[in-house]
Amino acid sequence: MQTATDTVIYNRAGQRVVSPDYLLFEAPRTKHFMTGSEAVKEAVKRASVDASVSYPITPQSEAAHLIGELWVEGYVGVYFRGESEFGVMSEIAGCALAGARTITTTSGPGTLRAFENFPMWAGTRIPVQLVLMARGVNSPLSIQPDNLEVGFLLDTGCMIWYAENAQDLFDMILAGFVVAEQPDVHVPVITVVDGFFVSHTREAIMLPPDDIALPPYNPYRAPMPVIDAEVPPGRFLRDPFVMKSNYISYATHASWQWEVRSAIERSRPYAKHYLRGLIEEFGDPTAELVFVACGTAAAQAKEAVRLLEEEEGIKARVVKLKTIRPFPIEELRQAVKGARYIFVPEFNVVGWLEREVRRYLYGVSDAEVIGGPRVAGGMTMPAEVIVKEVLKLTGKEVKHVL
Amino acid sequence: MSFKIYEINEELLDVMPQEIRDLQFKATWGNPKRGVMDLPYSKELIEEHSLCAGCPESMALRYILASLPNPEDTIIVNSTGCTSLVFPHIALHTVHSLFGNQNAVASGIKRVLEWRFPDKVKDVVVLAGDGATVDIGLDCTLQSFFRQEKITTICFDNEVYANTGGQESGLTVKGHVFKMAPKGKQWDKVPFWQIAIDSGCHYVARLTVSSPKRVETVIKKAIYVAREVGPTYVHLYTPCILEIGLNSDDGLDEMRQRDKERFAFFEYMTPQAEEVINRKKEEGLL
Repeated sequence: MQTATDTVIYNRAGQRVVSPDYLLFEAPRTKHFMTGSEAVKEAVKRASVDASVSYPITPQSEAAHLIGELWVEGYVGVYFRGESEFGVMSEIAGCALAGARTITTTSGPGTLRAFENFPMWAGTRIPVQLVLMARGVNSPLSIQPDNLEVGFLLDTGCMIWYAENAQDLFDMILAGFVVAEQPDVHVPVITVVDGFFVSHTREAIMLPPDDIALPPYNPYRAPMPVIDAEVPPGRFLRDPFVMKSNYISYATHASWQWEVRSAIERSRPYAKHYLRGLIEEFGDPTAELVFVACGTAAAQAKEAVRLLEEEEGIKARVVKLKTIRPFPIEELRQAVKGARYIFVPEFNVVGWLEREVRRYLYGVSDAEVIGGPRVAGGMTMPAEVIVKEVLKLTGKEVKHVL
Repeated sequence: MSFKIYEINEELLDVMPQEIRDLQFKATWGNPKRGVMDLPYSKELIEEHSLCAGCPESMALRYILASLPNPEDTIIVNSTGCTSLVFPHIALHTVHSLFGNQNAVASGIKRVLEWRFPDKVKDVVVLAGDGATVDIGLDCTLQSFFRQEKITTICFDNEVYANTGGQESGLTVKGHVFKMAPKGKQWDKVPFWQIAIDSGCHYVARLTVSSPKRVETVIKKAIYVAREVGPTYVHLYTPCILEIGLNSDDGLDEMRQRDKERFAFFEYMTPQAEEVINRKKEEGLL
């Protein structure tokens, strides 16, 4: 077996350290059958993770407690259960500030409980990875799939990536650490999958061997001082600008917020490399009917493309967005050239992805953007629902019984 | 590491501000016997605090920073409130994260530092006000005690939300009129030192900061016990002279009066803590 490193280095767990490119693209892979949560565990196992903090809200609990098993086995350095998502996201921030590679998970109401922490993560420039298994937000009480919460997260200053399936999620978690920890990026990454549809469903997934792992995180490459008393502290003696009511204090805060957004922009070339592009295109590239989607909605749209072609003779294609922050602006604009109709199928009632798509295509594309179909609150989105939405537009009779 | 991280590049020595140079040459590093008696003679680790003139909290902060046995390897975690006005003035590694999550952040830092540096002593000390510790941050504070995190939590109790203009807090005394308690507070002051004991702290002390030497001893005990045994809690009365209508030179008198009543010196320790304290006494460190 070849590695990208000349000398053999081992991480604390005794795994051979290989380059991210080797782990992601070159290492031989074998086929396994597992849930999305188990895929999280397999990714963490190969990611030289230093610390993880957990909280048992469903459906993230399986992933979070599986990371606990890795801690027992020595693959994760620090692991414990926190008191709430607010506490957990603060504890994981402490871990990251002290120089650890960190990962945690949450979903739905837990995301909202934790919310105050996300802009704080971004503002302190810690590359925490949050695996978000999207589900409904209360009330009424729901534990079902729904990605409304992702719409809330868009402007927290965190990168947001969206995995379609367990395979995507596995690869994205590994790539997420690599991209988020680049010194010129160094902001948190939220890797999203749809709860239950991916987290609780078993599917085939190709995994590299588990005796190799990502290079360990080097906190001393961080753009901010590590809080470990091993490096000089960031020091603002005399007249510190923090918390002062004067213009330079406001300007400092404002420019720092711009800097966090700029850091996300600077992640583009890295994400493009490690994710093999910020979008994925599926179907006949000449089709005038385009589905722009992410996650499970993209998977179902692909199925709808097949149905439309086979049963209705309509050509369609899918543009799957892998990153939402940064938003693949140029990629999307290129991909929808020649499109007449753009459907944005989504798992929420508000259509946050439709808003994003409209925003970035405004004045650029002549295509008609149609925000739908939308399902929410735990509803599934059978391909037939998407087909029906298209047929309504073309005036064709709907043959499928739903 | 060591105080070496405070050493200035020789090439830049002549252009560095005086207080930064003083930190290198006149501060007390690498000496666990440092204490409040050094205050008049050495460079303090807090520079030109931004609190009100005569604020007892500023006294507390100066005494605490003078008493840290291991400042070169001490991490300070702050919260929002008057204390957050001070953290940028502290020469050590400090973190301000959110309002009320200080003990959660400190837990993460402590655990990772223990794991990354198993052979080194790294002290993690939380400095926060009564609102941060007992109201908005109660959950995180208590849970860190339950989990037996090896951190020292110091609460500056001024019995009011001072930084926001004087609102009632859980540590306000019953009957006291503040904003948001226009009829006077309807319920008793939370006896948090007792709750800290019941929640698993191994060393707990309640005192005012009227006696610098006593503050030093308590802080050192709390840090030594946290290092080896588990969570420790120090409850300091640092009255907000502004909000209780006193002049800037009245703070000390106010504390001396409370020394005789609700802030009479109180100390609790578990047998494990006592063992550590006795050992440190024998070593001449207390």
